[in-house]
Amino acid sequence: MASDNLVKYSPPLNRDGFMTLDAVKYGDNITRLSALVFGLGSLLRGQLARFIILMAIELGYIIYMIAAGGQSLVNLGTLGTSLQNSVYDESLGIYVTTAGDNSMLFLLYGVITLLLTIGFFYFMAVSLRCAYVAQKDIEAGEKPKSFNRDLRSMLDENLHKTLMTWPILGILVFTIVPLVFMILIAFTNYDRNHQVPGNLFDWVGLANFQSMLSFGSTGLGRTFFPVLGWTLIWAIAATFSNYVLGMLLAILINREGTRGKGFWRFMFVLSIAMPAFISLMTMRTIFANNGPFNLLLQSVGIISQPVTWWGSPMTARIMIIVVNIWIGIPYTMLTTTGILQNIPAELYESARVDGASPAVTFLKITLPYMVFVMTPYLITTFVSNINNFNVIYLLTGGAPESLDYYYAGKTDLLVTWLYKLTIQYKDYNLGSVIGILTFVLMAVFSLLAYRQSGSYKNEEEFQK
Amino acid sequence: MKTRKFLVNSLAHVVLAVLSVIWVLPICFALLTSFRGESGSAKTYIIPRQFTFDNYTNLFKVGVGGLNYARWFSNTFIVAIFSCLLSAFFILSVAYSMSRLRFRTRKPFMNVALILGMFPGFMSMIAVYYILKGFGFLESGATSLFALVLVYSGGAGLGFYITKGFFDTVPKALDEAAYLDGCTKWQVFTKITLPLSKPIAVYTLITSFMAPWTDYIFAKVILGQNRDYYTIAIGLWTMLEKEFLETYYTQFFAGCVLISIPIAILFLLTQKFYTDSMSGAVKG
Repeated sequence: MASDNLVKYSPPLNRDGFMTLDAVKYGDNITRLSALVFGLGSLLRGQLARFIILMAIELGYIIYMIAAGGQSLVNLGTLGTSLQNSVYDESLGIYVTTAGDNSMLFLLYGVITLLLTIGFFYFMAVSLRCAYVAQKDIEAGEKPKSFNRDLRSMLDENLHKTLMTWPILGILVFTIVPLVFMILIAFTNYDRNHQVPGNLFDWVGLANFQSMLSFGSTGLGRTFFPVLGWTLIWAIAATFSNYVLGMLLAILINREGTRGKGFWRFMFVLSIAMPAFISLMTMRTIFANNGPFNLLLQSVGIISQPVTWWGSPMTARIMIIVVNIWIGIPYTMLTTTGILQNIPAELYESARVDGASPAVTFLKITLPYMVFVMTPYLITTFVSNINNFNVIYLLTGGAPESLDYYYAGKTDLLVTWLYKLTIQYKDYNLGSVIGILTFVLMAVFSLLAYRQSGSYKNEEEFQK
Repeated sequence: MKTRKFLVNSLAHVVLAVLSVIWVLPICFALLTSFRGESGSAKTYIIPRQFTFDNYTNLFKVGVGGLNYARWFSNTFIVAIFSCLLSAFFILSVAYSMSRLRFRTRKPFMNVALILGMFPGFMSMIAVYYILKGFGFLESGATSLFALVLVYSGGAGLGFYITKGFFDTVPKALDEAAYLDGCTKWQVFTKITLPLSKPIAVYTLITSFMAPWTDYIFAKVILGQNRDYYTIAIGLWTMLEKEFLETYYTQFFAGCVLISIPIAILFLLTQKFYTDSMSGAVKG
């Protein structure tokens, strides 16, 4: 009884902190009940519109869960139990296919339901906060905000909600739901032998990761590690060959004695004008077995038989790197030119006084300086090369095929292997495992690059 | 000393000349083949015996196997227009929120965006395919083009970094002055920040406009087998398939040249706007 007279301690409204927790801790009963009956606090405190919106959301969710959602959460656990079947229909006199469960759709709906449930809890927190803020307003002797005021705030202090809603919905539907779905697939046996709707697939735990990384008779380690090795070799070779050669070209053009700098630059930049996928397709036809390059060499008499540039693992790999150099160098030349001109002239001056040769000057001054300045750029390029789908797919398509490998060719990168396994061979679980492992690889390098960059370290200081 | 300098200089020029020939030759090859009068695939010579415009004019007639370049061109154009408008809207909204508005989920959102960017883009392709199929978008060709627009622009909000960097350079003093005059945040965004950000807005528009022209993989998965609804990139790829190679070899190069010109112009424009925007919003 006495407790009713005690003034309950309640801290001032803290909009930046954990307001939902405050609402549970210090809110009155109406506020707390708002977690169960969405918008109750708003209704009793004269914010009818908020109540209607929140209530509609709660009712919508409850109706969905009763109608479909609850079942789909159960299905997410089992991934389907009844197999598609053929039953003899006496009246028709034929076998009729009865639809079984579709594991793939079960998984998809399960993911969507999970996401809606997270959304439900988010709005539970919103309801609590609305009630709490209104409670505080009344305690302070103010009138809770009207709906008109709310609407106006969507263009002012709550502008971020207006601006972010649609982009975030897009990201949810087209990035997050698919990604969660694919990550979950890595833990199932959704492969070519378990195709829906004729068959079911089920949870298998970490089995796919084990088989991907093991060298046993059923393990894919004998494909995975060589492909990973080539991916890394390719990424390193492509990044550094482009970088060093592009820089040398920029130096060659910018050196004092070179005349017609603009003309030379133009000659190289011309190739940028062709979109990369067209250059790649052109290069593939030029170096094809009966392509112009072989015909030219034959007509000159250097070779008698056409060289299969894309046919043997070694030449194909070298050709890929060479073609990539052709495509990439002009870009590197453009980006490095400006930075090269910023290297302090005194450094070169003193090197010349000491009698250093051009090669030594390049190795001891230019290269270290450039690498220092452009490390983040190098790491980003490296990471994007790990995922360089176009160059490999449009040049060789991963060929030449190899019998030692599991549906991969000698020039396949992890990403192109992923593409083949999912799109062509329907081993979705393996493709998904590769995707996750690639992600780990990229995350390590990207974080390295990101932490290095000044824009991360002092974001606020940069803004004036 | 003088002769040595002369030798080094000559050597440098010779090297540059050889290199630039290597770089220009494939382009010349593509250009010359596109004007070649003799049909069929590769020849032992590069300069055509007969020059003709037929390869270009034939592109705009429906050819063997129903390959329809004009159709592909307009498909790609429509997809590009819609996806660039939608993407630009998403990117500008997110970038402004990240740069200027302060709210609790800002940092978490930026970190999530960073992590999402590290997954191989088409790892989720299959799931997107099934989601779109589930909604019935892939039943007919026209709706599958609409689906392609959604695929290109749906996740665009994650690519806000460059634009955010630009908004960061718009002096905050301008915003504060406007707030003192009683402007809302929306008014500051539309009346002050956006007008000052024309270079980056144009850059965003053009880059998202260009994406559908050069993308191969997403279009390939979404658009399926109906050749009437191909975009340029898959269409050109089809011309190189074994059954069409002999017939379409020269037309393929004509198609490449034709598509390269607008893309090259747009690319040069993006470079201009990119440099403009890198020099900041307000000069001096």
